Amino acid sequence: MIAAIEPTWYLVLASVLFGIGAFGLLVRRNPLIMFMCIELMLNAANLTFVALAVQLGDINGQTAVFFVLVVAAAEVVVGLGIIVSILRRSPGTTADDLAELKG
Amino acid sequence: MAELVWLIPAFPLFGFLTILVFGRRFGDPFAGWFATAMVFASFIASVGVYSDLLGMNEEDREHIENLYSWVPVGNLQIDLAFLVDPLSITMCLFVTGIGGLIHLYSIGYMHGDDKFSKFFLYLNLFIFSMTLLVLGENLLVTFLGWEGVGTCSYLLIAFWQTRESAATAGKKAFITNRVGDWGVMLAMFLAFSTVGSISYSVLNNNAESGLLSETTATGIAVLLFVGAVGKSAQLPLYIWLPDAMEGPTPVSALIHAATMVTAGVFLMVRINPILTVAADWVLPMIAWIGVITALFAATIALAQTDIKKVLAYSTISQLGYMFLAIGSGAYIAAIFHMVTHAVFKALLFLGSGSVIHGMHDEQDMNKMGKLFKYMPITASTFIVGWLAIAGVPPFSGFWSKDEILLFALGDSVALYVIGIITALLTALYMTRMVIMTFFGEAKWTSFANEDEMPEVSPGEEPVETHGAHGEFKPHESPIIMLIPLVVLAVGGLLAGLIQLPSLWGVPDSAEHQLEDWLHPDVAFGEAEIAGTWADDHVMLLVIIAISAALAGILLGWLIYQRKRVKAWEPTLFANGWYYNWAVSWFMGNPGREGFEDVAIFDSKVIDGAVNGVGVAVREVATTEKKTQSGYLRQYAGIIGIGAVLLLGWFVVVRGIL
Repeated sequence: MIAAIEPTWYLVLASVLFGIGAFGLLVRRNPLIMFMCIELMLNAANLTFVALAVQLGDINGQTAVFFVLVVAAAEVVVGLGIIVSILRRSPGTTADDLAELKG
Repeated sequence: MAELVWLIPAFPLFGFLTILVFGRRFGDPFAGWFATAMVFASFIASVGVYSDLLGMNEEDREHIENLYSWVPVGNLQIDLAFLVDPLSITMCLFVTGIGGLIHLYSIGYMHGDDKFSKFFLYLNLFIFSMTLLVLGENLLVTFLGWEGVGTCSYLLIAFWQTRESAATAGKKAFITNRVGDWGVMLAMFLAFSTVGSISYSVLNNNAESGLLSETTATGIAVLLFVGAVGKSAQLPLYIWLPDAMEGPTPVSALIHAATMVTAGVFLMVRINPILTVAADWVLPMIAWIGVITALFAATIALAQTDIKKVLAYSTISQLGYMFLAIGSGAYIAAIFHMVTHAVFKALLFLGSGSVIHGMHDEQDMNKMGKLFKYMPITASTFIVGWLAIAGVPPFSGFWSKDEILLFALGDSVALYVIGIITALLTALYMTRMVIMTFFGEAKWTSFANEDEMPEVSPGEEPVETHGAHGEFKPHESPIIMLIPLVVLAVGGLLAGLIQLPSLWGVPDSAEHQLEDWLHPDVAFGEAEIAGTWADDHVMLLVIIAISAALAGILLGWLIYQRKRVKAWEPTLFANGWYYNWAVSWFMGNPGREGFEDVAIFDSKVIDGAVNGVGVAVREVATTEKKTQSGYLRQYAGIIGIGAVLLLGWFVVVRGIL
């Protein structure tokens, strides 16, 4: 029989996911991958919200997740649009190449 | 009717705005008629409010008409409010009344001027500002009017701005007045910071009930007096008024004789409870400045040859009398003299304007003489003004001057003696002026139209022709200029009736009417002279005053008409005691150096501080902008490190978890 899933496990999973995301953001240069890392971190945070909301019996945690999802969706619309247009213009651009945009 | 008080400033404001838009289309002379009508409408409104007040009980004659809350900022609540009381309505009556007459006169005087409608534009703006000044319920509304009349004064002195001297005189008046305005502003700040209000009723009530400390009262009183000295041309700030004669003569009559220059006196009377509470050196200081100015200006007037300059110095001298009255606690006498002076000085100025007009813009009295024959009406009315200012009974000036001297004696003998000497000098210089202008020999024949004289062989009579060609002939002014002269002459004769002293032959009901009327306004500050030596010997004082006036006239007659006594007109007097020169020298040399030092302080220290902040910010920014590399991953790393540090701080230092 599979043992009951402890809330701690969710938190551990979330921190692992967050760590992967943060690490990926720092080491990868492909903007698209970096973007995915950010999403990973956001959802790691969502996971802690949901897990703790269930454990504490507090609906507010779930509500916060909705906000994060909405913001993430908006971010995807804008960010992905920019990234796609950059890559279409010059394929293989890295995030470091974009440093020239600082003017 | 008292709640319709806003009509009084509204009419001239409407006139101003209308002429501003349609002035050119109105043209000459309709713009003038329109402006005049507006001022007379304002006069009628004043009369309406006056009759309304008359119908009330004495203690009810104070009405505050609050138009709207002007400056509501925290504790600072300033309303655009008008204070209707006997004092402000008295001022309104004579400002609009005399103002209307001078408007009427100007239609004739300014006829043919290129900027005819602009002149009336400024005049209406002036009347608006002046009524605002006298009706204001707080220092700020008064100050608005105060600055308004100052601006109009500037615009009108420099009206013929293509003349270098007029433009300079305008600037001089404006800048000198600025010194006084500084005092008024500081007084407002002081009143607000100590009392928390700049409303006259609050300030005066505080003074009357003893809530106002002596120090505060002294500060407010002295600072407002600085303003009054500037506006009312007293020592040491009088220098702008003689130069102000560069403006058109109706302006000199309206602004620089009858109304604006009395604003300082009005302000002092308005705050008389504060003056009473102030330290006991304040009132004597005002009295001494007044009486010294009176004497000083009278000596200068003795040696001037420009007909308007004589009147200008005479105005300064008469204003000195008013300040003498204030310093002696005789507020009613000050207002009384203000009213009579406004009438007879406006008359004299308009008369001199008529003379200048008739002499084709000649102002030098050395080139006049014997004009009585050519300008009988101007001359007769002028003579009324002369007798009034000289203090010959029953003309108005006699009554008001006598009342001031009575109070001055109640205060100090020295003030009285200087006052009497000044009265004698006044009679002397006015006699000199009248004789040089209207009597004696005709000195204009040799000067007249030299270029245009027809060729006449010696021994032959000059050909009598008309107009510019031929012999120059003074002419009487048009009827529109004479009507105001006649009205004012009647006023100059009768204005004394408003405040007759308790003398033998004066019916009880006619005595002290102005005093009864103004009583609520000045009850707190008015000096008490009943029972003093001066009050017991009124008849003797009257005889002394009449003797001084007649002695001055007699002396003048002997010197200038009969030439029995040699005229004594030292260049010291003619040059105004070199005061103007001294101010110029001081401001040009040590003053200039001082100001240059201040300018250096400004450019180095003040600007240095301001620029220093900018430079420091730029330096810091130059260093810090290197952190903005544009490398996203670097930013992310820094954010990550920051988050870890913050978390560590919470866990380790704050002990959360």
